[in-house]
This record gives sequence, structure tokens and C-alpha cells, in this order.
Amino acid sequence: MSKDIQIPEIGSVGLLRYVWRQLTSMRTALILLLLLGVASIPGSIFPQRTQDPIAVGESFKNSPELSRWLDRFYLFDVYGSPWFSAIYILLFLSLIGCVLPRAIEHFKGARALPPATPKNLNRMEFYSTWAPAGKEIEIARRWLRAKRFRILERDGAISAEKGFLRETGNLLFHLALILVLLGISFSSLFGMRGEAILNVGERFVNTPTSYDSLAYGKLFKEGKLEKFIVSVDKFDAQYNLLSSAPEDYTLNVSLRRGDLVTVEKHVIKVNSPLAIGSTKIYLQANGYSPVVTVRDSNGDVALQGAVPFLPQDANLRSIGAIKAPDAQPQVGFLGSFLPTYQRSGSDGAVSAFPQALDPRLLLSVWSGDLGLDDGLPQSVYRIDTSSMSQIGLKALKPGQTYVYSTGSITFEGYVQWVNLQIVDDSGKNFALLGAIIAILGLLASLFTRRRRVWIRVGENVEIAGLAKNGAPGLEQEMVIFERILKGER
Amino acid sequence: MSNTWAYLSNYSIYSALAVFTLSFLAHAVETAWAVKAPERELASVGGSAPLQASTVISRTLNYKATEKIARIATAMMILGFLLLLAGVIARGVSAGRVPWGNMYEFSITGALAFCAAYLAALQKYNLRWLGLLVSFGILLTLGTAVTVLYVPSAPLVPALKSVWLIIHVITAIISGGVFLLANAIAAAYLYLDSMESKGERTAWTKPLPSLDSLDQLSYRLVALVFPLWSFSVIAGAIWAEAAWGRYWGWDPKETWAFITWVAYAAYLHARVTVGWRGRRAAWLCLFAGSTFLFNYVYVNIWGSGKHTYSGL
Ligand code: HEM
Repeated sequence: MSKDIQIPEIGSVGLLRYVWRQLTSMRTALILLLLLGVASIPGSIFPQRTQDPIAVGESFKNSPELSRWLDRFYLFDVYGSPWFSAIYILLFLSLIGCVLPRAIEHFKGARALPPATPKNLNRMEFYSTWAPAGKEIEIARRWLRAKRFRILERDGAISAEKGFLRETGNLLFHLALILVLLGISFSSLFGMRGEAILNVGERFVNTPTSYDSLAYGKLFKEGKLEKFIVSVDKFDAQYNLLSSAPEDYTLNVSLRRGDLVTVEKHVIKVNSPLAIGSTKIYLQANGYSPVVTVRDSNGDVALQGAVPFLPQDANLRSIGAIKAPDAQPQVGFLGSFLPTYQRSGSDGAVSAFPQALDPRLLLSVWSGDLGLDDGLPQSVYRIDTSSMSQIGLKALKPGQTYVYSTGSITFEGYVQWVNLQIVDDSGKNFALLGAIIAILGLLASLFTRRRRVWIRVGENVEIAGLAKNGAPGLEQEMVIFERILKGER
Repeated sequence: MSNTWAYLSNYSIYSALAVFTLSFLAHAVETAWAVKAPERELASVGGSAPLQASTVISRTLNYKATEKIARIATAMMILGFLLLLAGVIARGVSAGRVPWGNMYEFSITGALAFCAAYLAALQKYNLRWLGLLVSFGILLTLGTAVTVLYVPSAPLVPALKSVWLIIHVITAIISGGVFLLANAIAAAYLYLDSMESKGERTAWTKPLPSLDSLDQLSYRLVALVFPLWSFSVIAGAIWAEAAWGRYWGWDPKETWAFITWVAYAAYLHARVTVGWRGRRAAWLCLFAGSTFLFNYVYVNIWGSGKHTYSGL
């Protein structure tokens, strides 16, 4: 005799259905929503690779062990991490699963009439009764119609309802959230974003190799890169004389589109990017590039050109590295560029103003192995001096030359550089559309008052009202209704 | 010319500070008198009155005795509002732009919005008692602004030159003002609630509104500005798209704006769909409001990221 206990089979379909029902319950959605809020906190505490890769690097340098652990949990990439994605994908599913069926129900029921008048009206939030004078039903019908109630009339009673817009708005709001999420995922799948530093006078051809950094969405095709060439003609920065704060940046560019023949002149400003199809070019940052010529001991040119330096403070004291791997032996310069030179007692040489009024280039000269040949990526703004020795130190004015033991360097002058950000992000239009619909839906939902009103005329006139969602003002509205029925207004 | 306006702005704001102090004192006196009132009534009833009568009187509060000083308190609040308004406008004129470029300016405008929200709500609800808390909050904000946050009037950096800045910041400030008011009411709710659950309300709190109406009021304020706050976040995203090439980058400021939004969405849900009322709802309201404050104070001053315009 088998005494096996019968375990009810749910089976995989049943299990799936169970999970789906749990997932799409409102409670789960709310928990996921709160979880999304909580999960976004670490990203505001730890530096993020996408925003501040330098700070992440520093964290690894200062506390490597801790940083490795943090990295294991994606705490430097919170918003691209599997767990963050998991939360919002689940929320997305939950939202679809619970809002779509409701929306279908709702729009099916759009023409439905309110339920019949219940027996006991005196249990409602508002109730009033008096002796009839005739005509109450007609007056009520007219008034309710005028107030855009939907009406069911039966057996000498009217049952009326309004505020349908509330649920419509509410559903629109939630559906629009889905649209926002879709727009965001669309951006991250099909978008592209890159940056390039260009000296004034240089030209940028929109191909992957022209970028200093470039990131595509997973489904972005390289051939989809917009075809254009921009040349940086002129950059003008204006500063406040008292505070050194920047007041205005103007970038003049020449643009050649796909046909590469016609040249268009454009102006790019901080809040007004240049749009080329769905691609936009933004002015992100700017600085100075000292122009130098490095010669070896024979007087042959080992390096010539403008080298971008990184601004360090509001007065654009900038630092950078000039590397001449072709010189024999290799030579490198760690430099500071001071647009407006000033000697300060405590800090040594500083810049007193961001505009180049009296520029100086301070250099320390290093000779030896630059370490460029072993193929490891290196910052262009730094030099690994571990196998080099310092052979000189000098401050130069434009036009001056410094001669050291193995060659010379001439500070020819400077040009300005701009950092252009080039973005193709068509998903943002969906996100914006979703956001607009969401706000409109929200307004409709929060400010529509739902009302149920009943009137029955038998031995007495009875009226009753109910405010759904506790919308205020029922009392006053019903008192007015009563007065109208009694012919007092 | 612009210097004159800058001085004018500073004088107006200092005067507003003085007037709000008077308003605070008047509210304080009103509250104190309200506490004492029953005893004065008792004394005037005199010893010959039957014992029963005097106990009845000590339980009902003579609110009329404090009416005059309360009116003065509100009048001072209105005067302070006008002075502050003048100060904010003069600040804008002196800089040749909207006065929302650094934390000093955010604070004075925020205090203005808070005051405006209170005065507007006062038209409809019996909220004069809240004036003590409101004037204290304004004093605290303005005091910190003029002592710690003050920076001289100056033009905006290029990234801030945008109409979306105007829209984004003014809506954020108004939302903040109303959120704070909702928080003050939720806090009052919790205070009165704990008092009632221990026994009954003390004398001076008796004329205050019922717990139920406080609960409703803080909800209504949140529901009123939640769409505005959503709009403010969207306007910020539009501005960020124009200035930085991305509409959302999880910058600390953006992250916390999102957290505030989520917290208030959860609050609205908890009330509308789950039916939370009273204590739990008040705590959730306080929590959501504090994420807003945190964003304002912490992220502006100590945070990193692109939004560090505090000018400190
Ligand atoms: C599965 C998911 C969800 C369901 C079933 C759901 C359902 C609801 C319902 C029934 C209401 C009350 C409407 C009313 O009667 O006034 C509501 C309101 C609200 N929901 Fe959701 N919701 C969900 C997810 C979300 C999410 C993810 C958010 C985003 C933040 C959100 C934000 C709101 C807000 C702000 C309100 C209040 C405003 C209003 O009444 O429209 N909901 N939701």
C-alpha cells in the first residue's frame, strides 16, 4: 500500500502565473519603487566611473583593497550595474502587468452606466430628505446632465456618477511612466556619445578614430555615425573682471555636412548646441594649449605643436605634459601654463586671471625613458618619471627658448582648446513625450473630483452623495443641489 | 547703479529679518498668553464663584484675549513677506538676471516661497498657530543665508544662462516651500498626536485644529505640489540636455531629486491606494520632506558634481 502524500502539482505554468501575479501586485510595485530610490543612493556617495573616472582611480590608489571590494558590487557603476538594472526592469514589468489590464478594463467600461440606486441612501456621506413638491426628478436630471454626470434612471430614482477623468488621468500617468522608461532604454541601446578635444584651428571628422572617448549603445551601428566635418574657427571667452567667473563662451565653427562641399558657419554656446540631424554638438569645456617646438642637440625638430593642458582653478592655471619620444634621448616636460602670471608670496607662481594677459610656461625637464614603448595606456597630462631624471627647470615667456643639456624647447605661444561632446540620443524624445503625458495625467488624476449622487422620489425626496477618494467639497455641492431641487436658487 | 540695488537688496533683507523676528515674538507671546489665559480667567471669576464654574472655565480657553497680538503677528508676517520680496527682486536687478544663481539666493527665495505658502494657506485654513513654527523656520533660513551663505551679487556662469533655469529653479523653490509647510504640519500632527495619546491636549493646543484636519491638510499640500515638483525635475532635465548634452546623468543632485520624487510618489500611493492615515502617513511625509532638505543642504554644500553652484 502506498501511503504517498499527494503534493498538489502547481507545475511550471502555475508557478509562472503565481510569480507574475506577485510581481504585478501593487505592493510589489511600491516596494520596487522604494527600492529603486534606495538603490540610487550609493551612486551619490561613491564616485562613479561615468562621471568622475579620475576620482575612481584615486580611490583605487588610496585604498586598493576596499576599492576592489566596492567594485565587486558595482559601487563605482551603480546605474549600469546588474542589480540596479534588475530593479528597474522588474518595476517596468510590474508596471506593465498591473497597469495595462486596468487600462483595458477602464476604456472598455468607458460607456458603462453607474450601478442602480441602492436601497438605503441614508448610509451615504451626505443624506437629506424632505417632502416632494413634484418635478424634482426633472430638475435633477437637467442639473446632473449640465454638470456632466453620467446618469442611470430607473424606478423613480436617478443614480449619477462623474469623475471618470480621474482614473483616465491616473492610467495615463502610469502608462506614460512606461514610455519614459522605454525612451531611456532606447537611448542606452541605440545612442552614442563621444568627446573630442580640439585646438582652435583644428578640424574634426566624425569617424570613430577622431574621438578621445566614444561609447555606443549595444545596438548602435557604426555606419550610423552622422557624416560631417567641423572646423573650430574661433573661440571667445569672457570673464568677470572682479570675480574671474566666466560670463560667456562663444564658439564659431564651420560645418560641412554629408556632401562635404557646402560650408555652413555656426555658433555654439553652452546652452545652445549645434544639431546635425539627430546628432548634437555641445561645448563642454575649454582651456589652453601651449604651442612649443622641441629640438634635439643637433637642432632637429623632435616635436612641434599645440599641447592641451588641463585647467586646475578658476584662473585657469593649467598643467600638462609635453612628451618628445622621438628625441634622443627621450625627453619629457612637466608644465604649468599661467594665462596671467603673478608671483604670490605663499604659493609661488599663480595665475591672476583666466584670460591670457601675460602668459608664462613653467617647465621641469626630464630625460630618460618615457615608458611609452611598453604599450600601457598613459595619461596625456602626466609623465611616469620613475625611469627619468630631472635635468632642468625654467619659466618661459612667449617667444623664449630654453636650452638644456640635450636640446632646447621654444615656447611659441598658445591657442585655446575646446572639448566638444557629440551625442546622438533619439530616445530622449520618447522620454520627454512620456514626461509631458505623465504630468497631464497626474493633474487630471489629482484634481478631478469623483462624485456619486443619488436622488429618489417616493413619499419623500431623498438625495445622497458620496465623495470617492475623499475629495473635498461634497457638502457644499450637495447643499447647492438641494437648494436647486427645492427651487430656492 | 547695480551697487545701489545690491545695497537695497541687503537692507530689505535685513529689515525683513527684523520684522520676522517681531512676528516670531508676537506668535510666541500669543502662544504663551494662550497657555496662561485660563488662570487669568479664573482670577477674574473670583473666590465666591462656585467651584464647578471655575473648573469649566479653566477647560475652555479664552482665545479672544490673544486675538489682537495674533493679528499683529500675522501683519508682521505679511510685512516681512513684502520686504523679503523686495529684497529678492532688488537682488535680481542688481545682478541683471534672475536671482537664483547661488545658495544665498536660493535660500532667500526659498524663505520667500515658504512664507508665501503659509500666507496662502492661511487664507483658507485656520493656521495662525503654525506661525510660530513658520516664522522660526524663516528666521533660521534667512539667518544662515546672511551669515554663512552670503556672496556678493554677480552675473551667472554661462551654464546657468537659460530660460529653463528660471523655470526649473522657481518651480523647485515653490515646491520646496510647500513641501516644508506640509512637513511642519505633519510634525505638528505628530506632536499633538503623542499629546493626545498620553491623555488630552494641553491648554494652549486646544484651539488648534483637529488631528484629522491636520492629516488632511498635509496630504492636500503634497498632492497640490507633487505635479509641480515633477515638472520641475523635467524642466531640470531639459536644461541639462541643453547645457551638458544629457538629460539625466545621475549627478548627486539629480539622484536626490529623484529620491524625493519617489518618496512622495510612495507617500501618495500609501494614502490613496493603501489607505495610510495619521501617524504612519505623517512619518512618511516627514521622511520625503527630509530627502528634499538633504538634497538642498548636503548636496549643494558638500556634494560633488555639476550642480555645485552654492558659490561657497
Ligand atoms: C504596479 C504598479 C502600480 C499600480 C497598480 C499603481 C496604481 C495606482 C493607483 C490605483 C493610484 C491611485 C489613483 C487614484 O485613485 O487616485 C495610483 C496613484 C499614483 N501612482 Fe501608482 N501605481 C503603480 C506604480 C506606480 C509607480 C511606479 C509610480 C512612480 C513613481 C507611481 C506613482 C503614482 C502617483 C504619483 C500617484 C498619485 C497620483 C495619482 O493619483 O495619479 N505608481 N497608482
